[in-house]
Amino acid sequence: MTPMFKRRPSIVMTVVFLIAALIAVPAPADAQRDYEYIDISNPFLRKIPVAIPGFASGNGDPGELQSAEKAGRVLSETLDFSGYFKIIDPGAYLEAPRQTGVTAEEITFRSWTVIGAEMLVTGKAAHIDGLLELELRLFDTFKAELLVGKRYRGEPKDFRRMVRRFCSEVIYLLTGDWGVFESQIAFVSDGTGAKEIFLCDFDGHNPRQWTGHDSIVLSPAWSTDGKWIAYTSYAKGKPDLFIRHVEEKRGVVVSREGINTSPDWVPGQFALAATLSFSGDPEIYLLTGSGKIIKRITKKRGIDESPSWSPDGRKLAFVSNRSGTPQIFVQEMETGRVERLTFQGRYNTQPSWSPKGDKIAYTAMVNGEINICVIGVDGSAPVQLTSNAGDNESASWAPDGSLVVFSSTREGRSRIYVMTAYGTDQRRLLSLAGEQSSPAWSARMSSP
Amino acid sequence: MQKKVWIALALFLILPGLLFTVSCAKKTVKTDEAAMTAPEETATQVQQEQTQQEEMASKQQADMEKQRALEAEKLAMQEAQRQAMLARQQFESENIYFEFDSSALLTPAQDTLSRKAQYLRENPNIRLIIEGHCDERGTDEYNLALGDRRANSAKSFLVDLGISPSRLTTISYGEERPLDPRHNEEAWAKNRRCEFVIE
Repeated sequence: MTPMFKRRPSIVMTVVFLIAALIAVPAPADAQRDYEYIDISNPFLRKIPVAIPGFASGNGDPGELQSAEKAGRVLSETLDFSGYFKIIDPGAYLEAPRQTGVTAEEITFRSWTVIGAEMLVTGKAAHIDGLLELELRLFDTFKAELLVGKRYRGEPKDFRRMVRRFCSEVIYLLTGDWGVFESQIAFVSDGTGAKEIFLCDFDGHNPRQWTGHDSIVLSPAWSTDGKWIAYTSYAKGKPDLFIRHVEEKRGVVVSREGINTSPDWVPGQFALAATLSFSGDPEIYLLTGSGKIIKRITKKRGIDESPSWSPDGRKLAFVSNRSGTPQIFVQEMETGRVERLTFQGRYNTQPSWSPKGDKIAYTAMVNGEINICVIGVDGSAPVQLTSNAGDNESASWAPDGSLVVFSSTREGRSRIYVMTAYGTDQRRLLSLAGEQSSPAWSARMSSP
Repeated sequence: MQKKVWIALALFLILPGLLFTVSCAKKTVKTDEAAMTAPEETATQVQQEQTQQEEMASKQQADMEKQRALEAEKLAMQEAQRQAMLARQQFESENIYFEFDSSALLTPAQDTLSRKAQYLRENPNIRLIIEGHCDERGTDEYNLALGDRRANSAKSFLVDLGISPSRLTTISYGEERPLDPRHNEEAWAKNRRCEFVIE
């Protein structure tokens, strides 16, 4: 099996409060290791059956028990979110590591293989000097082998981050990629009576309002370092492009005549493509992060908009109606050569280039129904991922390309949903007042 | 003959004395005399008064006429204002409509724009905002671009009819501000439009 998920240098995060220690793991030395647990050609076809029994506590005091319970629940939810696992019903478990122990020596692996568990996660929470210590282990039950073992110590309120860090290690082991557990999602919500940008964790947890324009807001886009968001707002009465730092109160507004819309950041750079119509015609331009035009990218009469960069920044997918209807085109930046990508249907918009570079998600309207599709970058095999579930729009890839976030009206009002890259496991991300749209998934961030 | 002279003389002397006596003794006579002369004076007065009255009346009438004229003028002005307002309202309320995913100007839209150009020529101080809108179908970003194209189609047409582009501003709202919030063909047809707002 050839690993499709390319390994990239692990990002070592410096987190002061959180001390992670490796629990002795017979580490596989080869970097060329196959990812034997996941069929990477379709990792969601067969989910890995995993058992996650209740976490043990150090001395059994009520605070520890509560931490153990919360950590166990969040770990189960987090691994489940990835779409790679099938969590076996705890009612089937024959053994309770909470009582017997959480280490390989204390576990009877046969008790787990007989119920179909191929993997087992054990955990133990202890309160030491006001800090929470979490000991988390992932086992291969058939090989009776420890795959990942970590000990974290930090403020009890940060238990979620410890759990997520461990889950990232698990995903890294299985796929060679750090996954989505340390990423954020930006989206538009009108629950306050006006459209504003909100941010939330990858799983919809901790939603919070980010803009306060009391106006119309559209199309948020993260810079690849997760520090900036560009978006369109009518705060000054017309559609202007706002480029703002996520945490600090600084940024610029591109306020040229006409529309200033649909930004997409150049991977790894403080620069972005966006649609401007000051020439009298919506065209795509390359801008610096401070809003200065570097150059004009498209040069065709009619609509050109919604740029989306390839991960290497060498190609740009965009929407153009130059052939009569809105279709996705791809432009090679160096040569300027443009090729049409989509040929099915009369309305294909919102291209979103996958982080792996091999696919482009887009929105297709057929017979008035709007759905998310995915197509190979060579135009091969367009696949429809949503169907018969209201209008589905604005696909945005998770940083590892395993999941797609999008908006849907399947339950009436527009809300945010997540599915795997293959269209499976479609579920609502969060419940908020009003309508939500335009989700944008950030890169993996060290400090969300 | 001498006697006749004397009588005549006496009469000549006495009569005025008599007359004088009478006039002294009977003031009423004089009054009468005055009374006799009075009608003449009164007549003059009356005439004067009449003239005055007439003058006043005519002045009043003039004033009233002036007033009336003023009022008429005011009314006319109000009417003109009303008409202008109506024309303005008519101008602003008359949208142009588009086909799905199109910014091409249909014949009725061109007719409407010609009337708008006429109005803009008659009101050279007016500046205009052209708003481009889309129906809810399709996707946000494309619809923003489409709304921009629609507003610019209308602008170009007005410019071709001689309206200075410096008087025309465009703004696209995409699908953000539907006129009709329903989700059917009728609503969509109403929402694919340009609106014209006088600045």
